[in-house]
Amino acid sequence: MKQTPAYQGSSEYVASEALKQVVNVALSIGRPLLLKGEPGTGKTLLAHSIAKSIGRPLIRWNIKSTTKAIDGLYFYDTVQRLNDSRFGDGDVSDIKRYIKMGKLGEAFLATEPVVLLIDEIDKADLEFPNDLLAELDEMRFFIPETDQEISALHRPMMVITSNSEKELPDAFLRRCVFHFIEFPDKNLMEQIVNVHFPKIESRLLQAAIERFYQIRAQDHLKKPPSTSELIDWLQALLAMGLDAKALARETPFLGCLLKSEQDLGPVAARTRSL
Amino acid sequence: MLLTFLYTLRSLKVPVGTQEWLYLMDALTQDLAESSLDQFYTVSRAILVKSESHYDAFDQAFLACFRGLDVDFNLKKELLDWLNRIVDPAMRPQLPEGLKALDLEELRKKFLERLKEQTEAHHGGNHWIGTGGTSPFGHSGAHPSGIRIGGPGGGRSAMQVAEERRFRNYRHDRILDTRQLKVALKRLRRLDNQGVPDELNLEKTIKATCRNAGDIDLVFEPPRKNQAELILVMDVGGSMDPYAHMMESLFSAAHASSHFKAFEHYYFHNCIYKKLYTDAWQRQHISIDEIFRKFRSSFHLIIVGDACMNPYELFAPNGSIDYWENHREPGIECLRKLKNHFPSIIWLNPEPQEYWPAHPTIRAIGEIIQMYPLSVAGLSSAVDDLRKGPVPVARRMA
Repeated sequence: MKQTPAYQGSSEYVASEALKQVVNVALSIGRPLLLKGEPGTGKTLLAHSIAKSIGRPLIRWNIKSTTKAIDGLYFYDTVQRLNDSRFGDGDVSDIKRYIKMGKLGEAFLATEPVVLLIDEIDKADLEFPNDLLAELDEMRFFIPETDQEISALHRPMMVITSNSEKELPDAFLRRCVFHFIEFPDKNLMEQIVNVHFPKIESRLLQAAIERFYQIRAQDHLKKPPSTSELIDWLQALLAMGLDAKALARETPFLGCLLKSEQDLGPVAARTRSL
Repeated sequence: MLLTFLYTLRSLKVPVGTQEWLYLMDALTQDLAESSLDQFYTVSRAILVKSESHYDAFDQAFLACFRGLDVDFNLKKELLDWLNRIVDPAMRPQLPEGLKALDLEELRKKFLERLKEQTEAHHGGNHWIGTGGTSPFGHSGAHPSGIRIGGPGGGRSAMQVAEERRFRNYRHDRILDTRQLKVALKRLRRLDNQGVPDELNLEKTIKATCRNAGDIDLVFEPPRKNQAELILVMDVGGSMDPYAHMMESLFSAAHASSHFKAFEHYYFHNCIYKKLYTDAWQRQHISIDEIFRKFRSSFHLIIVGDACMNPYELFAPNGSIDYWENHREPGIECLRKLKNHFPSIIWLNPEPQEYWPAHPTIRAIGEIIQMYPLSVAGLSSAVDDLRKGPVPVARRMA
């Protein structure tokens, strides 16, 4: 049996034991890994970490609301062909020249196994995941324009992230390994911060994390701050040379944590009264 | 052992199919779980469960199969079970002469007193909280103005419900049933060309190219996006129970529709007072003022409810059916405020339309907010009216 590489986590990404194991399950049974969780819990970063840990290149496919499944397979550049036919440079009878691979096609044709990140799949149309079922199952697709079949040389490790803006179809879910990344607790958060700021003073770190969870615990935040916002905030605190004492009375640079004015007002008022 | 696990999961409504099961077997034969129960937990959860909302059920099933523990023994449930026991109406005791309706404040006080005094289950009789009986507390009883505790309410005029309600999340995808509703909702959209011009308009390109004597002239336009925004507010529990599946369909349709610029949903119980409930943590709420602050008046507001309540709940201060809710403003004032802020507001009512004029609260609400039957047809005509702008209250119910 072919030996599948094992994911061990990487130096710049703190993964829980359960998460590492789930990644390994997905790797060895060759199924896409579907990640959900609050924005900013490191879903996208995990894909980078996997690619680095198992030493495979990462291909990233960012999904937008207008993305169609076929965009990931290939793209037939008819406008270029029309242009060439008009201005006469290049052989327009060779359609192959105008077929360009999408991200999925690229991953299929890669000469070494790759990690394919399909980022924010829930942004696309409701039917989008369904349109990819056959490709994900059989790892091949057909280009009618050139009568050509593209099949995967190596099965790519697929990481799919979703922010649950839309529900994904059952048929699609059935084919995935699923993991919900929970929001890290204080201990894990300390580890994560330490990866980013190895030299941070521990009293400042404690005070900042304490304040961060306090703010998160408040009701009705339009967008509760996440890990990435905490990192930005600490960056700002460090850059301005503030220490734990500065946090005692107020929350400087609150704008790093809260991104909407409806949240800023009440939270600022409350931290002042602390 | 493992198969029991599969069937326990399925009995707890976790959608696990054979395909996932085979994947799990595949993983197990590759020794991924390393024969430890903890690891088996992570591996099987990743493969079998596809939504965080099923994690809880998975935990229960796991415990049941591998620890030999009871799945859901808890005291609260035992208590509710006792209160939920169905009591045959025929077995209800006759209402004694002279047992008159108690006043609301008095009820509140007595309920608290008796809750303190009572230490054991009680059925029948006329004093303790329990089922049957003519005590004003408990359910299926025959006291004219009782506080209902647990269990389904028989009539619709129990003035206060002091039971722990479970706000169900109407979040099931029912594609077949909802398709028509989805189509109806789709007509709410307001398309506008906004944003970056990055879409090739083929027709205009051909025209422009012809005008350009054959030299290609590409015409790009911004994509058309839907600008419609919708808030759905749903009545849950009590007299709405028979219509739960209709609400589910409507909710699925609105939720699955990708074409709204914004879609929000809230819950209420019987009538809206100063707050609405948000769904995620069952008893979290948001104040009406917050709603006004958060949402522009261009939002469409669709309220779904039977609008049937004790007139007290609509017209009196502190009339809420929720025991602990105090508010100075009667529900009807709150509805007026909603109508003022959101001119595009309509009410969908699952009750048969011919009963509407006969019911005092339906009539009163219908005079403020235009009411439509909760059906595909009703929704369609509501959507048609919403598209025209602010919805006037056109017809008075005779």
